Amino acid sequence: MVVNAEGIPIRTTLDNSTTVQYAGLLHQLTMKARSTVRDIDPQNDLTFLRIRSKKHEIMVAPDKEYLLIVIQNPCE
Amino acid sequence: MAPKPKSPSGKKKASAGKKRQKQILPVTEEEEPVNMESMGHPEIYPLVLTTKTQEIFNCRIDEDVTDEQPHKLIKKQDILEDLHNRAAVSDFHPVKKLVQEYPGDELLLVYDKDFKYGLNFYLIGTEEGKENYLNPPEVPEEQEEYKEYIPEEVYAYKPPVSKPWVSLGSEKEIEEESVKGSTKQITYMISRKRSEFGAPIKFHDQNASSVKDAYIECTAYPDHIFTLKQLEKDVGMQVVPKMNDTSTQTRWTYPKNAATQYYPREFSEEEKESLEQSKTLSDFLNNVSISVEIALQQNEITNTFVDDWKYLAEEESTFGDKTDTHLKEYQSFTDLHSPTEKMITCVSWHPTIYGLIVVSVAVRLSFEDRVHFSDKLLLQPSLILFWSFSDPIHPQLMLESPEDIFCFQFCPSDPNIIAGGCINGQVVMWDITAHADRIENIKAGGSRSKKVTLKPMFLLEPDSNKEAMYIRHCAVSSIENGHKKVITDIHWLSDHFEINRMGFVFENRSGICCQLVTCSADCTICFWDIRPQKPLTPQPIEKKKEESIEIPFDVPSTFLHLDLSWKPLSKIKLSKGETSLDHCPTKISLNEDHILYKTQDKVLAQSKAMKAGEVNPYHNLEGGMGNHLKPIDDFCTKFFVGTEEGEVIYTDWKMERDPETGRLMTKKPVSLYTVHDGAVHTVQRSPFYNDIILTIGGWNVAIWKENVMVLSVNYYFEREVKHLEYVEQRKLIREQEKKEMELETEQKKVKTYHKSKEQMEAELKMDYENYLELERTILISLGLIKVSEKISYMDL
Repeated sequence: MVVNAEGIPIRTTLDNSTTVQYAGLLHQLTMKARSTVRDIDPQNDLTFLRIRSKKHEIMVAPDKEYLLIVIQNPCE
Repeated sequence: MAPKPKSPSGKKKASAGKKRQKQILPVTEEEEPVNMESMGHPEIYPLVLTTKTQEIFNCRIDEDVTDEQPHKLIKKQDILEDLHNRAAVSDFHPVKKLVQEYPGDELLLVYDKDFKYGLNFYLIGTEEGKENYLNPPEVPEEQEEYKEYIPEEVYAYKPPVSKPWVSLGSEKEIEEESVKGSTKQITYMISRKRSEFGAPIKFHDQNASSVKDAYIECTAYPDHIFTLKQLEKDVGMQVVPKMNDTSTQTRWTYPKNAATQYYPREFSEEEKESLEQSKTLSDFLNNVSISVEIALQQNEITNTFVDDWKYLAEEESTFGDKTDTHLKEYQSFTDLHSPTEKMITCVSWHPTIYGLIVVSVAVRLSFEDRVHFSDKLLLQPSLILFWSFSDPIHPQLMLESPEDIFCFQFCPSDPNIIAGGCINGQVVMWDITAHADRIENIKAGGSRSKKVTLKPMFLLEPDSNKEAMYIRHCAVSSIENGHKKVITDIHWLSDHFEINRMGFVFENRSGICCQLVTCSADCTICFWDIRPQKPLTPQPIEKKKEESIEIPFDVPSTFLHLDLSWKPLSKIKLSKGETSLDHCPTKISLNEDHILYKTQDKVLAQSKAMKAGEVNPYHNLEGGMGNHLKPIDDFCTKFFVGTEEGEVIYTDWKMERDPETGRLMTKKPVSLYTVHDGAVHTVQRSPFYNDIILTIGGWNVAIWKENVMVLSVNYYFEREVKHLEYVEQRKLIREQEKKEMELETEQKKVKTYHKSKEQMEAELKMDYENYLELERTILISLGLIKVSEKISYMDL
C-alpha cells in the first residue's frame, strides 16, 4: 500500500480496516526509525525498513512524502 | 531486841554483850544471884530490902523511892559496907558477888512496886542496863510493853549497835555503773516582758532577699569527698518504631473508562485520484520499487534465517531418542542352503539399490583344515550373497567364485560389476548386468515374501523371482602372476585417472573405473587393469585364445579377455628394507583427489562416452591407454597402507628405475608409523575431509592428516581411547583382584584344598575367553567390527 506523509493511505490492495491499521502504525514506526538513524548519524537517513515476523515480512520503503508498504509471506 | 539468854552462871561478870541481868538477891560468896534470866532480863536481880536496909540506904518505900522515881543509885561502897557490917543479915547478901564484881561505882536499885520480878526491889547488874534504865526511859517502857507481847518473856530491847562498814568491793561496782554528769550543765535563763506574752499575731509576706538573713540557703556544691562515680547503670529501653499517623487530603484521581470514537482520516476518492496522478508519487514509486523488488526476491531465494543446526538435530533426536545406545539387531539373514558354518568376510551395501546388502561368506576353517578338506570345499561353492531386507531367508542373488572371497568391491561407475579378492590370491570379476532387473525389483516382492515364510522352505518356487540364482564369475586373475596369498583388500581406482606400469598417473579418458588395486598377505600391492592389454607379442594372445576355456553360456563375456590370464599392471612390494620381513598389508586407502575437471564437463564426458557406446562401456573396453597422453605430474600418488603388524605406511606407487639393475623398483615408503598394538583392521578416509585418515587396529584408533603425519588429534583420540581401555582394563583388573580376594578367603577357609594344575589352566582359559569377549564387545560398540565375527588373517 502507498501511504502519504501523514499516514493516510492512498492506494492499497488490502481491505480498508487492515490498511488503516497498518498505515497508522507503520507510519509512526518509520518516523521513529528515521529519527533513530538520524540521531546516531545526522548525515544518515533511513532507506529501507524490514520487519520479519513469524507469519510474514513487512517491508517499508520511506520517502520524503510517501511510504510504500509491502507485506510478504516468507518462502518457507 | 531480845536479850540473849545468858548462862545461869551469870555471876561472872558479863562481858560486853547484850546480857542483861539483874540480881537483886544478896549474894554470898557461895551462892549465886538469881537473876531474872528466865524472864529475859539477865541483868535484873530481884532483891528484898528490909526496912532497916531501906533506912540505911535511903530507899524507903514511899519516901525515897516512889513511883515516879523507882530507882536509886547506890554506891557500891555503901553496899560493900553494908555487907561488911551485917554480913549475912544484909539484904544485899545474895548479890554480894555481883556488887563486888560490879565495874561501876553506882548501882541502880529499882523499886519494883508491882513485884514484876518477884520481889520489891531489883538491882540492875550492869552498867549498860543502868544506862538503859536511866537514859531512855521510854524505850525500856516500850520494850517492856513489847516484851509483854512476847510470850511471857520479857526482854529489854536493846537497839542494834552499828558496826563500822567494811568495804567488800561493792562500791567500785557502783562507781562504775553510776552515771554522773561529766560537765556542768549550763543553765539559761530567758526572760521576756510579761506584756509581750499572749499578744495576737499578725503575718505578712516578705521578700526573702530583702531582709538580711531572712533566707539562708545552703547551696549545693560538689563535694569531692563524696563524689561517687556510678559505673554501671541499669536502664531499661524500649524500642518502638515511631509511628505517625498523618493524613492529608488529596485529590484522588480514579481511573475511568473512557473511550474515544474516531474514524481514520481518509482521502476521498477524488483526492486519491488526484494524488495518484501527481508526478511526485510516480517518481517515488519508481525510486522505491527497485529496492523493494530486490528485497522481495531475496526472500524468495533463500530463507536467511534458517537454523541449520536445528534441522540437523531434529533428525537425530527423532532417531536416537527412543532407541538406546546399544546396537540392536535389526535383521538377520540366514542362508539355509549352506550346511557348514560360514563366516562373513566382507559386507557392503549395494551402491545404488536401496535396501540391498551384499555379503561374502567363507567357510570358517583354519588353514590346516582347509588343506584337509580341500576336496570337500571344492564342491561347496563360495558365494557372495545378495540380501534384501524384505526377504531374510532367501538371498536374491548368489555369486559363485572358485575360492572363498575375502573382500569385494562394487565398481563405482557400474554397480553391476563386482570385483572380489580370493583366499588364494586371485581376483574375481562378476558381471550381473543381466540380473540387474531382478535385484532392482526386490521391493515389489515384499508382500509375496510373507507368503513364502508360511510355506516350507525347502520347496523352491518355480517363480523366477524367488529362485536364487547362482551366477558364475566372469573372470579370474591368473594364478601365477597375481598374489600368492589371500587378498586382504581390494579397491577400485577412481575413474579420473589411470596408472601405467611405472606408476605414473594419466588422465582417464574413458570415464569409467577400470583399474583395481589389491593388497595381499604376501606383502605386495598390485594394480590391475580390467581392460585388455596391448599384447607385447601377438603370439601369447593367440595361444591364450586357443586355450580359451569353454564358458557356460549364461556368463557374460565382459571380461573374457581377462579370464585366467589377467595379470596385474604393476606390483609393489612392501619391504622393510634391511630385514627380510616384509610388511603385510591389510588395508589400503587411496587418495581421492579429483583432477581439475569441471563437474559439468565430467558429466558431459561420461554422457558422451555412454552415448557413443550406447552400450555399457565395460563391454567395449578398448585396450590400453593412450601413450600419447602425458602423465599428470602433480597427482598425489601416495597412499596409506595398514599392515598386519599394526603399522601405518604412507608410500608411493610410483616406480623408479633402479640405476644399477635397470629394473623397476618400488620406492621406499615415505613414512611409517607403528601405532597400533595389533593388526590394522581399517584404513578409511574421512568423508568430509579428504586428507584425514582413520586407522583402527589393536587397541586404539588413530587419526592422521595426510601431509601432517603426527596430529594432536591423533593423540587426543588415542588418549581417549586408551583411557577408555584403561578403564576397561582396570575393571578387569578389579574383577581379577576381587576374584583373587575371594579365592584367598576361600583358601583360608579350606586350607587343605589345593587347586590342581588343570583347574588353574581352566581358569586362565576362562579369563582369556572373557578378555576376548570383552575385546569383541568393545569393538562392536565402537562400530568397527562387522556384525559377525572376523577371524584374523593370520589364522588362515
